[in-house]
Amino acid sequence: MTASSEAPQVAAPRSRNPLSPKRPQGAGSKKGNRGIQVFLAVVALVWIFPVAYAVLNSFRDYAYTSQHGYLSFGGFTLANYKNAWEQANFSHTMLNSAYITVPAVVLTLFLSACVAFVVARFSFKFNLALLGLFTAANLLPPQALLIPVYRMFRAIEVPFWFSDSGTLLNSYWGLILVNVAFQTGFCTFVLSNYMKTLPRELYESAVVDGAGVLRQFFQLTLPLCRPPLAALATLEVTWIYNEFFWATVLLQSGDKYPVTSSINNLRGQFFTDNNLVAAGSVVIALPTLIVFFLLQKQFVAGLTLGATKG
Amino acid sequence: MSTSTTPDRTTPKPAGPKPAKLKRSKYKGIDHLSPVDRVVVSVMIGVPTLLVLWLVVVPAVGSVLLSFTNWDGIGPISSAKVVGLQNYKDVLTIYPPFVPALQHNLIWLAVMFFIATPIGMFLAILLDREVRGSRVYQTAIYLPVVLSLALVGFIWQLIYSRDQGFINQVTGGSIDWYGDTRYNLWAALLASSWRHVGYIMLLYLAGLKGVDPTLREAAKVDGANERTTFFKVVFPVMFPINIIVLVVTVIESLRAFDLVWVINKGRNGLELISTLVTSNIVGEASRIGFGSALATFMLVISSIFIVIYLRIVMREQR
Repeated sequence: MTASSEAPQVAAPRSRNPLSPKRPQGAGSKKGNRGIQVFLAVVALVWIFPVAYAVLNSFRDYAYTSQHGYLSFGGFTLANYKNAWEQANFSHTMLNSAYITVPAVVLTLFLSACVAFVVARFSFKFNLALLGLFTAANLLPPQALLIPVYRMFRAIEVPFWFSDSGTLLNSYWGLILVNVAFQTGFCTFVLSNYMKTLPRELYESAVVDGAGVLRQFFQLTLPLCRPPLAALATLEVTWIYNEFFWATVLLQSGDKYPVTSSINNLRGQFFTDNNLVAAGSVVIALPTLIVFFLLQKQFVAGLTLGATKG
Repeated sequence: MSTSTTPDRTTPKPAGPKPAKLKRSKYKGIDHLSPVDRVVVSVMIGVPTLLVLWLVVVPAVGSVLLSFTNWDGIGPISSAKVVGLQNYKDVLTIYPPFVPALQHNLIWLAVMFFIATPIGMFLAILLDREVRGSRVYQTAIYLPVVLSLALVGFIWQLIYSRDQGFINQVTGGSIDWYGDTRYNLWAALLASSWRHVGYIMLLYLAGLKGVDPTLREAAKVDGANERTTFFKVVFPVMFPINIIVLVVTVIESLRAFDLVWVINKGRNGLELISTLVTSNIVGEASRIGFGSALATFMLVISSIFIVIYLRIVMREQR
């Protein structure tokens, strides 16, 4: 697979199917296709069931379901959402998630774009080694790095205006930096593949006109990279919002927990009431479900771009 | 803004004939770097690289080094003594959860590799035939991929819980699927597979769409049926994707953490290496050297697969 065959996938997000143009139907028997259709429909229903079940029961009254069982129908209410929202302190944790996710995604994309630009624009000897380093960093199991990171963060003192804990441990910025360090590899990889498909003549005319590297990057490369940046932004927002491990171990006071890490406490809190669990799940899933329904093309493009090329 | 107009923005405005001419005469090829450019390039590369070195590479090396010491994490690090392989010996001999954790990790890997991944690939092959409604089915199957594994564990509680869970409501049973050590690993695996299948399906489908259609045409002309075409033609040309799917599966299995941590912090039949490392550090007893030996196990296993992955991927980069 050549690099140039990849570019159109993100370059044309408006095409109906982001994965590829439609292939002409094989002359496979109509009967076989009908069988496949039924099979896939059943699988799809099974797959959607846990989420659908959660959504359904999130709207049901606990007293009703405990009397009639979950297989009944009725007892609809919005109270679970109100209770879940208040008990889980979602207004607080959602804000924490935003504090972490937004800077982390912006920084990740910016830093990866920088590295990708240099790697794609110049042919330095260290390019391949650099890409390798970043990609490997992306794949290492985070638990294996926990001890030194935890110890370093605990030892590094920062001013109080930077973090009220006085150290990088238990601070938003410590967590943001870890997320950035882990996610940069993937984004660099995708972006550098895309940037390599940009014609070099563009740079030629820019250099002839006296544009330095910085201007080439900001005024030429970045604007042209909007499609992959949009795809990656979608993907990274989802991933960093979903990040659980680092937030759990690096932010030890519950008041800084983002939504995903707060799940750990909710299980104990909600355990007697499954309808509350359901409502909580739907609230937690909401940002990612919005991505799923509105930005599906971007999400799939980002994921498959990274994967089919690495 | 269309791509063709963008380059024009970099053209300096013709302020006067002098500067344009001056710069033109200085043109030394597009890879020539002025002193300022050199600094810019160094910073662009240097800052992200330092960040990754600091937060990924140094900790990885640190974990390995600490695993040879007896540091308790309380005194200064200079008080730690080198104890050689003692921590590894302890992990293998006097640490009961280790063997179950290793077994669980292997079971996890086996289920993902032999069951979830093939199901995902199979679904991708069916979806690739583009029967009516393919897009809708595809969307439904990859829905769990946008959810975090922690949330997956949480949502499946609705199905598994003893008193109110869907399974027990339907069967009238009273099994605590997440609590009973006989079942909870399998319950967690089912929930995890639910997400993994969608992920693999998406990756594989993208790979299948990238296969040159003329290959299939040629196979058909030669009289190959669909099964032969897939195994003899499509599967071999998808070698890179197959490797990537393999590595993704291994890495994800090794990283499996969030789901079991949400269920019960990796105890009572749900021990995994990753949860042991975490409880040894964050929990009540912080045994740094010991925990690092566990971490080093993870590093070594994952490094093998990361190297395979890099070799495949970097070959395409050249």
